[in-house]
Amino acid sequence: MSGIPHDHYEPKTRFEKWLHQRLPIVGLIYDTIMIPTPKNLNWMWIWGIVLAFCLVLQIVTGIILAMHYTPHVDLAFASVEHIMRDVNAGHMLRYIHANGASLFFLAVYIHIFRGLYYGSYKSPREVTWIIGMLIYLAMMATAFMGYVLPWGQMSFWGATVITGLFGAIPFIGESLQTWLLGGPAVDNATLNRFFSLHYLLPFIIAALVAVHIWAFHTTGNSNPTGVEVRRGSKEEAEKDTLPFWPYFVIKDLFALAVVLLLFFAVVGFMPNFLGEPDNYIEANPLMTPAHIVPEWYFLPFYAILRAFTADVWVVQIASFLTGGIVDAKFFGVIAMFGAIIVMALVPWLDTSSVRSGRYRPMFKWWFAFLVVDFIVLMWAGSQKPSDVMGWISLIAAAYWFAYFLVVLPLLGLIEKPLPTPKTIEEDFNAHYGDAHNAPAE
Amino acid sequence: MIRKLTVTALTTLALATGGALASEEIHTEDVAFSFEGPFGKYDRLQLQRGLQVYTEVCAACHGLKYVPIRTIGDPGGPELPADQVRAYAKQFEVPDDSDGAEPGDTRPAKPSDHFPPSADPKAPDLSLMAKARKGFEGPKGTGLNQLLRGIGGPEHIFSIMEGFTGEEKEEAGTTFYENTAFPGGWIAMPPPLSGEDVEFADGSPNDLRSEAEDVAAFLMWTAEPKMMARKRSGFVAVIMLAILASLLYLTNKTLWAPIKHKAKSEDE
Repeated sequence: MSGIPHDHYEPKTRFEKWLHQRLPIVGLIYDTIMIPTPKNLNWMWIWGIVLAFCLVLQIVTGIILAMHYTPHVDLAFASVEHIMRDVNAGHMLRYIHANGASLFFLAVYIHIFRGLYYGSYKSPREVTWIIGMLIYLAMMATAFMGYVLPWGQMSFWGATVITGLFGAIPFIGESLQTWLLGGPAVDNATLNRFFSLHYLLPFIIAALVAVHIWAFHTTGNSNPTGVEVRRGSKEEAEKDTLPFWPYFVIKDLFALAVVLLLFFAVVGFMPNFLGEPDNYIEANPLMTPAHIVPEWYFLPFYAILRAFTADVWVVQIASFLTGGIVDAKFFGVIAMFGAIIVMALVPWLDTSSVRSGRYRPMFKWWFAFLVVDFIVLMWAGSQKPSDVMGWISLIAAAYWFAYFLVVLPLLGLIEKPLPTPKTIEEDFNAHYGDAHNAPAE
Repeated sequence: MIRKLTVTALTTLALATGGALASEEIHTEDVAFSFEGPFGKYDRLQLQRGLQVYTEVCAACHGLKYVPIRTIGDPGGPELPADQVRAYAKQFEVPDDSDGAEPGDTRPAKPSDHFPPSADPKAPDLSLMAKARKGFEGPKGTGLNQLLRGIGGPEHIFSIMEGFTGEEKEEAGTTFYENTAFPGGWIAMPPPLSGEDVEFADGSPNDLRSEAEDVAAFLMWTAEPKMMARKRSGFVAVIMLAILASLLYLTNKTLWAPIKHKAKSEDE
């Protein structure tokens, strides 16, 4: 199904021919795992496999946890303790599931930033990028609702704060929030629907993942040079590519084993490091925790949400222009979702004709700032609100938007890119040829 | 805007160097518990002593409602023999759920029952306390020191036991006791331990420090009873994955060698 010329599946035996005429499923599997893949892919291209593994891991552990979990406000917390104490290997299942969410997000962030650096989102891979962003949004919704299920203090108050964001939408906000919660506040109805949706969404993610893979198998993988595979003839294409099986399957499995080694060290030896102690206290609607913080993977966007307070001039202008309809709270919500929307629109915001950041001397710096910016936002989101933290969040949030809306459009016009290799083969040979011939990368 | 930005940048710098971002200071002492680190194990005798401190002192107010009594006989815990577990269970009265029992009737607990909930409604349940509190969250709230010291729940419990200064104050009819480990500095719980509160059968030291350590270790076990099984699973997983990763590394190297070799010869 890829546009790169390659050998297709030929049914040989009588049974294969019989089946192929009726359902070409073997051919589909063959073409998928034998897809020609650029041979110069580096180690940043392993995170897709890690992500696919995470999805399966979360679904398998989640299905077993659901057999022992009770979605009721009076029983949920105790049922989690039942899993931790009485269910065979229940403590491992739950710690794998909880830390699995963190691995999932760590991998997706590296995967996204890899795409941003190597320009993987550029034509003709915009649809792959957009589907990826939808997967990311669905992951956030799933993780958020999953975090509510243990019914600890942070579950309850996190749910209260985040669903409260929808209440900030003018006119329809309050009704929308009530509709989402199934009542005036986070309660049993909320817990039940979150459980139901937390079970449903991963299967929607799985379907989106299939479309994501279908999309980039149609265009072919991107690669560190951003130079396209030659498609003139099969011989030419074979100089630039290797079949996915066995070359990349084995490489990816090796990387996955290393990642899982670190993951199981965390699960085995420090499973609560990434959690919040307050979530080991049963939810109490009458007692607000001193400091409500989301999980680490939401912190950058939480910082953007909190950055736009009523004393920021853009907020004041927005409020003035809309006659007070857009207040600070609603502005923060727009900024938080806007931060993801500008990222989703990056294929049309980046004006550079060169794909890979490797050949863009100015872009490299701005991109490095974006990575630092993301980490600063993550840290700011975890801190108690204060004047200083407000300013740090605001500057960091401003850079996030500036990168996508100002820097990327302008860089394409003013930057003078370095020469790119003519072919993937040339890049690969230069890398694995003699050291003195290798480009100083 | 620009001026304010500069001011902010300077303030940030000043704060970063001066370290003034710290929140309310609480003092948590870093105790070297036997169960810390990947190789750490619970000390069975210490858990038994902690159980005794809990039973004779803490249980007057605090419950352990998520902990089944039978688990004090489980491997990786206090590991009391089965007859002692049965004898231990009998001291608690639980609601009678047998046929013909009147509401409000009680019966002696069996090992299959859970520990009772808190006797004093104002006293929090202690089942998960060692995981519900953090002792270490520095530097600057990043939590990085938890990487080395752990979250610090049992250290927090230990420090509360040791942190009473002897000062008291009355507010709205409630007496508060000054405590250097409690956020805010004043706690509603009177000092529960003062040293020599319990007599250990084996003659182990029963000064305040030893008792506090023992009960903190015991409460870590109630919060994380499968810790030793978990660490064992962790080791098995890490070792198996290390072997798998090594084999895959070699497979990958062999698989790619001819491709990379060809690249080298073509480049020359």
